[in-house]
Amino acid sequence: MAEPSELTQHIESYVDTSRSQTQQAASLDSITSLVKNDLITIETLVKEMEMYLTTTDNVIRARGTVLLAEVLGNLVLKPLDKVTIHSLIGFFTDRLADWRALRGALVGCLALLRRKSDAGIVSATDAKAVAESYLKNLEVQSLGQHDRKLCFQLLECLIERYPNEVASLDELLLYGICEAVDGEKDPYCLMLAFHVIQVLVQLFPDPSGPLANFSGELFETLESYFPIHFTHPEGEDSDVKRDDLSRALMIAFSSTPLLEPSVIPLLLEKLSSSLPSAKVDSLKYLSYCSLKYGADRMAKHAKAIWSSIKTAISTSLKEPTKSITSESMDGLGFLENEITAEALVLLEIVVLQNNDLYLSLILDDEDIRTIFNIITSYVSYKDFSLQGKQRLHVVGRILYITSRTSVVSCNRMLETFFSRLVDVLKLSMRNSSRECVINFGALYLCMELFTAARDLIIGSNSSISADEACFCILQSSSDSLINALCSKLAITAKEVAHDVDVYFRVKSLQILAIFPEDHLPISKSAFENCLTILMSIILVDFNKTLLWKLALKALYHIGSFVSKCHESDKALSYTSIVVEKIVSSLLDDNFTLPLPLKLEAVSAIGASGMNHVLKIVQGLQGAIFASISDSFVHGSIRSAEMAIQLLQFYSEKVIPWIKETDGLEEVLLHFAVNIWGHVESWIFHDDQVYEKGLLDATMMAMKLTVASCSGEIQNAIIQKAYTVLSSNTSLLLKESSLTSIPIRLEGLQLTERANSFSGKDELVLSLFASVIIAVQPKIEIPNVKEILRLFLTTLLKGHVPSAQALGSMINKFGTKSNRADISYGFMLEEAIDIIFETKSWNSQDNGVLSSDDNEMGLTDLCLGFVDDRQLQINSIVGLAWVAKGLLLCGHEKVKDVIMILLECLLPGGSIRASKSKPGLSERISEKDLHPSVKKSAADAFHLLMSDSEVCLNRKFHAIIRPLYKQRLFSVVMPILQSSIRNSNSSFSRSLLYRASAHIISDAPLIAVLSEAKKLISILLEGLSIFNEDPLDKEKLYNLLLVLSGILTEKNGQEAVIENAHSVINCLTGLMVYRHMMLVRETAIQCLVAMSELPHARIYPMRTQVLRAILKAVDDPKRAVRQEAVRCRKAWASLASRGLHF
Amino acid sequence: MVLGLINANPVIYEKKERRVRGAPSDADEYAVEPIDEQEIFDILLNDTQKICIFKYPEHPYSLEELKVITEDAIEVNDHRSYVRVTFTPTVEHCSMATIIGLCLRVKLIRSLPSRYKVDIRVAPGSHATEAAVNKQLNDKERVAAALENPSLLDMVDECLAPTYG
Repeated sequence: MAEPSELTQHIESYVDTSRSQTQQAASLDSITSLVKNDLITIETLVKEMEMYLTTTDNVIRARGTVLLAEVLGNLVLKPLDKVTIHSLIGFFTDRLADWRALRGALVGCLALLRRKSDAGIVSATDAKAVAESYLKNLEVQSLGQHDRKLCFQLLECLIERYPNEVASLDELLLYGICEAVDGEKDPYCLMLAFHVIQVLVQLFPDPSGPLANFSGELFETLESYFPIHFTHPEGEDSDVKRDDLSRALMIAFSSTPLLEPSVIPLLLEKLSSSLPSAKVDSLKYLSYCSLKYGADRMAKHAKAIWSSIKTAISTSLKEPTKSITSESMDGLGFLENEITAEALVLLEIVVLQNNDLYLSLILDDEDIRTIFNIITSYVSYKDFSLQGKQRLHVVGRILYITSRTSVVSCNRMLETFFSRLVDVLKLSMRNSSRECVINFGALYLCMELFTAARDLIIGSNSSISADEACFCILQSSSDSLINALCSKLAITAKEVAHDVDVYFRVKSLQILAIFPEDHLPISKSAFENCLTILMSIILVDFNKTLLWKLALKALYHIGSFVSKCHESDKALSYTSIVVEKIVSSLLDDNFTLPLPLKLEAVSAIGASGMNHVLKIVQGLQGAIFASISDSFVHGSIRSAEMAIQLLQFYSEKVIPWIKETDGLEEVLLHFAVNIWGHVESWIFHDDQVYEKGLLDATMMAMKLTVASCSGEIQNAIIQKAYTVLSSNTSLLLKESSLTSIPIRLEGLQLTERANSFSGKDELVLSLFASVIIAVQPKIEIPNVKEILRLFLTTLLKGHVPSAQALGSMINKFGTKSNRADISYGFMLEEAIDIIFETKSWNSQDNGVLSSDDNEMGLTDLCLGFVDDRQLQINSIVGLAWVAKGLLLCGHEKVKDVIMILLECLLPGGSIRASKSKPGLSERISEKDLHPSVKKSAADAFHLLMSDSEVCLNRKFHAIIRPLYKQRLFSVVMPILQSSIRNSNSSFSRSLLYRASAHIISDAPLIAVLSEAKKLISILLEGLSIFNEDPLDKEKLYNLLLVLSGILTEKNGQEAVIENAHSVINCLTGLMVYRHMMLVRETAIQCLVAMSELPHARIYPMRTQVLRAILKAVDDPKRAVRQEAVRCRKAWASLASRGLHF
Repeated sequence: MVLGLINANPVIYEKKERRVRGAPSDADEYAVEPIDEQEIFDILLNDTQKICIFKYPEHPYSLEELKVITEDAIEVNDHRSYVRVTFTPTVEHCSMATIIGLCLRVKLIRSLPSRYKVDIRVAPGSHATEAAVNKQLNDKERVAAALENPSLLDMVDECLAPTYG
């Protein structure tokens, strides 16, 4: 047993209202744990508390009761014996009469009543006693919000747990509850109250029982809450929303059919309210209650409901604002709001419920019958008045919804309307056989009926028999309708028609063509007629944009319909009329349809089904080969342009399609092998020039094709490519067995003509490089050493794809350590050895180096051991790509390569390096590397850091280690910084700044921020260097973005504050940068951000900024002017007084 | 001084659907986008909402909703550096007319290049003392003098302070 004094202390502390809430909670916890751990029993606790529970001091008694109740609430799982529970509940039941200690009594009752049966529960008689005491003593509405909540919870708990005992209280209970709810306004309490009513009604299922007499009062209580009007501002009481409350009330309303005589008239009356939310609620409630009250009870309201629905739909429509496009639209494009939507839902429900009744109401409706007068008096859409359109729309929607609900209603509707509509249509067409006229209203309503019938079939999972009357009716006129529409469309294409007319003509054709075959077989000739007319629109009438788009969309839908339904006849027709024709249009120049539109059509039709994709891809490949051959062999420029577009389309659209659909990989192999086959067979003239763009497009298509294949197919492609390379060109034959590359053969020519191979050699080499760039790492490359040397040779001639391929190869070789299967792959180290050890030897006639013992690797070439500028630049570019390959896969050799690049930047770098090779030093020209060479070495860092689209990315399976940029940044920046400090030539310093700027602008911002203080001056220098050459504008912009990133971060802001003056100088300079609007805009935004910095630092620059801004306010671009005004305001408000005028 | 509402029940107009500008011509970096009516209208609407709220917090409407300024009532000639704004007070005896005009003028001076000549007018027939107001608003000396007055300047600044949300 615990010390009584300890217990008393806790009790004292809880009861004492002057203690803090945490103290009270702590003492409650300790008391609970005492009881829970059986250190004291409940009896002891109660005895100990006797004084607090019975004292005449109201405050202490209230607190004491709450304490006991809370303790019990925490002991729900602790088993208690019957006697204890009986005495406790007896106590709390009595306390319900004590309004001053009511809170504790309510909590206590709830805690006891909610106990689980295995821990001991309150007996039925006790529960009844609670209910009686509740009804006798409590006046719920006079209590505070929290107490009311507890009261409702108690009621809910009693009804749910002791239904029989509570039900025996009969009218007393009903009356008590109505009284308790009446006048409640708090949302949370109301949620509970509505729920209480819902469960209460279930207690009295007998329709003639006590509830029958009481339904009036119950309704009066609930009535005042409809429609829910929620005045709580958003954000407050966020756990109860208006919709929750509205739903709870709806369930309460529909809880018993006894409420029907009062509820339905109320809802109908509120429909005429001017509040939109009231209308929506009424319609929702009507739908829900109809279902709950049942068909019989609702029948007598049918007439009233029908007319309400009609009014609700027609009054809620707004003018059509949606312009007609090829987007799908419901009805006539009238904006339908929530009211219309709910009204249509209600219509569907009631028609389904009382089918005959509503059908006769609808069929006899004056408004619907007179629609025929309207549609016959106008012919085209534009003739209709707004009111007429609105009525047509309403009738269309009603017909659609009603017919869709069941077969019976569909039959009735069609029987009544369809033949009449068709008659109107036929009449209108006969009268105007020469003109483009078709009765719009009749067509529109016909289509609504067709759509309804189709949706009915789809919704029923085809369980509807095809012999139903409705389908026979449709069948009787579908073919003639299609043919008529086709002939009208043919005329439409030649004449001017209103957009909406055009829209519905095409749309109707589409609906008819894709109607489920089993229920409405359309004759083959009609179907083909329909396809032919749509195709002719596609191929000939491309000037009518809307018509063209709609026709294409219809073809797409028909295409996906036939490929889904396995209707062999229709599929055959579709293939021969649509697919084959569009494919042949690609090959045939006779069609005037512009190529981009052709491709749009091809992609839409191709997207419609698998079997179409295959056909189209084959056709497209044929077109590509034809145009490429034409351009490569005959040099036709037109074919070249066409081939470029086709290849781009192939790369962007077709390859993703093929990747998405299984089993089409063969197509890719076929494409790649075919290109190689064509390349093999082409005969080139030596002096032939061809479009650079075409080569690029071909390479990209080849890369993507290879990259999208599986390993096996890649192997096949690479073998084929190698065969072509070795048998068709002289590239591999040139002394490939030697470990050195003869510069003699090409060296001299290099300076004269950068491109020193024949057209065919370059094509084959570029395509081979593309294959190498795109293969997966594990693919074996035949004769690797030879290929490496080949690329090494060709990159020196300035063939960039070779350099990229070399980089990709290096990137994808595994290192020895992580590749166990040594015999399989060629090792990275070996490859690196080949690249860096292979000597290019120069002979005497090279002119620069006179002795024949000169052997130089790539490194030496870079560092200027030959006085050939172009060769140096080529080797630097090559080295950069190799370095990128190494960098991405995280090889440490990359450091050496980077050091070579850095050497090139430093003044006299070549001389310093040559000291390591004493034999060479004296022969090397004393002069520095040429500036253009140095610049390309600086720009190599841009190449290293930036993401490339053409190679070495994830798309082309490169091995990319995470954080490689950050690593390079942290390795190179310190070296660059110290070089900048030590450099005394302004030119090489500017190059070092340039290299640093490249690295900073592509490095992750977080890395830059950590060293912002050191980097800010370099960054500013970089900005001013990029500012000089308009070609660098993109780089300038990227670097400026880094600066703006720095400005938004606290750490960066400190760095900026220290250099505020120079940053502002730089930014004001960039504010007038002529070549790029984004640069000016960003510079001004940076200045706005700077105005937030501590005033003491920036105030001195205020006048300077304001003066500079004056110019920006007059900028040619609007966006810049806007930013300038913002900036001016920000800087002007630094001073206490306004602007100076 | 207790201010009664001058116009306790102003007519509120729906905001007109804003004309959407085509995407800025990225194609030509060097093309000039001249200052036009819509731009002036945007300048005037930005941050001028407080003009009304300042005096009458119970009227939280923008000048656009009250149709005090409309896009049609703005005349710009970028080539000749000239802009004229004609505004319409909600009632004929609106005592806010001069302060609205002054705010509009200050806002334009602060937002437009200095080459611009700004002309602010009350719409003909919309104000009881139209001529006087026009004269006051376009008299350089008087505008300058008004802005020398610290309390008046504070008021203008207060009116033109940015509104959020």
